[in-house]
Amino acid sequence: MLSNQEVAEELLGKYGDQVFDFEEPYGLLTLSTTRENIIPVLEFLRDHKSYQVNFLTDLTGVQYPENKGKEFMVVYHMHSFIHNFRIRIKVSIPEADIHIPTATGLFASANWMERETYDFYGILFDGHPNLIRILNIEEMDYFPMRKEYPLEDATREDKIDALFGR
Amino acid sequence: MAEIELLPHNVPSQAELPELVEELTTLNLGPTHPATHGIFQNILKMDGEKIVSGEQTIGYIHRAFEKIAERRPFYQITTLTDRMNYCSSPINNFGWHMTVEKLLQIEVPKRAQYIRVIMMELARISDHLICNSILGVDTGAFSGFLYVMQKREDIYEIYEEVCGARLTTNMGRIGGMERDLSTTAIRKIRDFIKTFPPVLQEFEKLMSRNRIFMDRTINVGGISLERALSYGFTGPNLRAAGLDYDVRVMNPYSSYEDFDFSIPIGQSGDTFDRYNVRIEEMWQSLKIVEQALNNLPEGPYYADAPEYYLPPKKEVYNNMEALIYHFKIVMGEIDAPAGEVYHAVEGGNGELGFYLISDGGRAPYRLHFRRPSFIYYQAYPEMCKGSTLSDAILTMSSLNVIAGELDA
Repeated sequence: MLSNQEVAEELLGKYGDQVFDFEEPYGLLTLSTTRENIIPVLEFLRDHKSYQVNFLTDLTGVQYPENKGKEFMVVYHMHSFIHNFRIRIKVSIPEADIHIPTATGLFASANWMERETYDFYGILFDGHPNLIRILNIEEMDYFPMRKEYPLEDATREDKIDALFGR
Repeated sequence: MAEIELLPHNVPSQAELPELVEELTTLNLGPTHPATHGIFQNILKMDGEKIVSGEQTIGYIHRAFEKIAERRPFYQITTLTDRMNYCSSPINNFGWHMTVEKLLQIEVPKRAQYIRVIMMELARISDHLICNSILGVDTGAFSGFLYVMQKREDIYEIYEEVCGARLTTNMGRIGGMERDLSTTAIRKIRDFIKTFPPVLQEFEKLMSRNRIFMDRTINVGGISLERALSYGFTGPNLRAAGLDYDVRVMNPYSSYEDFDFSIPIGQSGDTFDRYNVRIEEMWQSLKIVEQALNNLPEGPYYADAPEYYLPPKKEVYNNMEALIYHFKIVMGEIDAPAGEVYHAVEGGNGELGFYLISDGGRAPYRLHFRRPSFIYYQAYPEMCKGSTLSDAILTMSSLNVIAGELDA
């Protein structure tokens, strides 16, 4: 059984201050890295002789519009079947320069997941073989998951409290 | 007898023949083709009957669930998960409930966990039953399909008894079940355990060693384990390729560690192996249902989490606190703690993951569904390259691509 501590130390030893923000929400090792280092980190984990974190479980995007200079985030979930070990890696990128290298060279499954992330958030994956929309129509000229396109709000604070006698 | 005068044949000389040009045919398989069992398109380039390349278009029933979920209170998201893999909705429902329970750190009582296991395994049976019998239909064996539909109907009747709905079940609540298993439900499950084995046995007798079926499926649509892992395969399709990865065993949830069952695997990852893995999984699921029902613990069927679990109606009418909580929950006025959770369950098609980011509000800040069939369906052109069109249909059918899960 691989411990979070062990992997974190190995990564720190290899990448130094290029991996940061270590956390363990609900026991899942979470860390951040820069977009220059994301592909080397993924490759290092995949090809590591004993860890064998070689399964890309999930790849998705998140948007934090208030976080200036780091408006978008790409989140990778990796899994090692040998050790039953999961790890989450995050990369923040600015809206002004919304590029990140593709992981399709490492995992065939990244292809559609990156297309979906592009489709939802407009994050450009450099080097992707076919970066076009996947779920929405080609003609769409905006990225629907961005927070500037709110849905009708049924739950949050902008409900008129006066109607409920408060 | 008069001799027949033979007319001279007008054979053109070699020079006069038009030059033969080799051309690929473009074939539109879908979006609404009866053999695709769902709305998605494959533009195939064909050389005669052989497939040279394929291009997939999906998203025909995209409903933006991840966007909608950002504006809904947690309990209302369950109805969205129903509509992903609609062949096994209870697994999606409970997967979502367990994700939220993990975020809230609610411990669900054993009885509720066991009831969930029973319903999830019945759902798995109905999922695999559909997949395998439809595979039979695609090879031309229609009677097996009609025969096993009766058992799926029985499963749906059990759903009806437990939650009132059949297809989009919305079963369970955050914190447990909405009601205890009724005596009718238990009787129906017991009946099912008794009457299902002969049906599945007869289905197997009809298909598994059927010469035509074997010839049509062995070495069709195979994928190596290495490629399957690279393409993010999970569930029966990965196990058919030879890796015994099962979320129920590797990361047990909802008391799966209490049950004795095994994980069937295949070797070559072809259509026949996928069929066999699903058949064996149905036997294992049945075994789990039986164990869970026989060892069903006594006790409450919901957790003591009044802020999140809708109180029983009797309480609401007689108890002030229950009334307040009822109102607050229904109006979606409960704040969840901030946190970041990834929770996975073994869905009908593989690892169904929920990646939930909560900022402390009433709705998720971001919710992402890891849909297994969305991830593995991209391997399809590679799997059917060089095969005939009729084999490609079988490959698709045995992958069990569900359009609702594909597009979310």
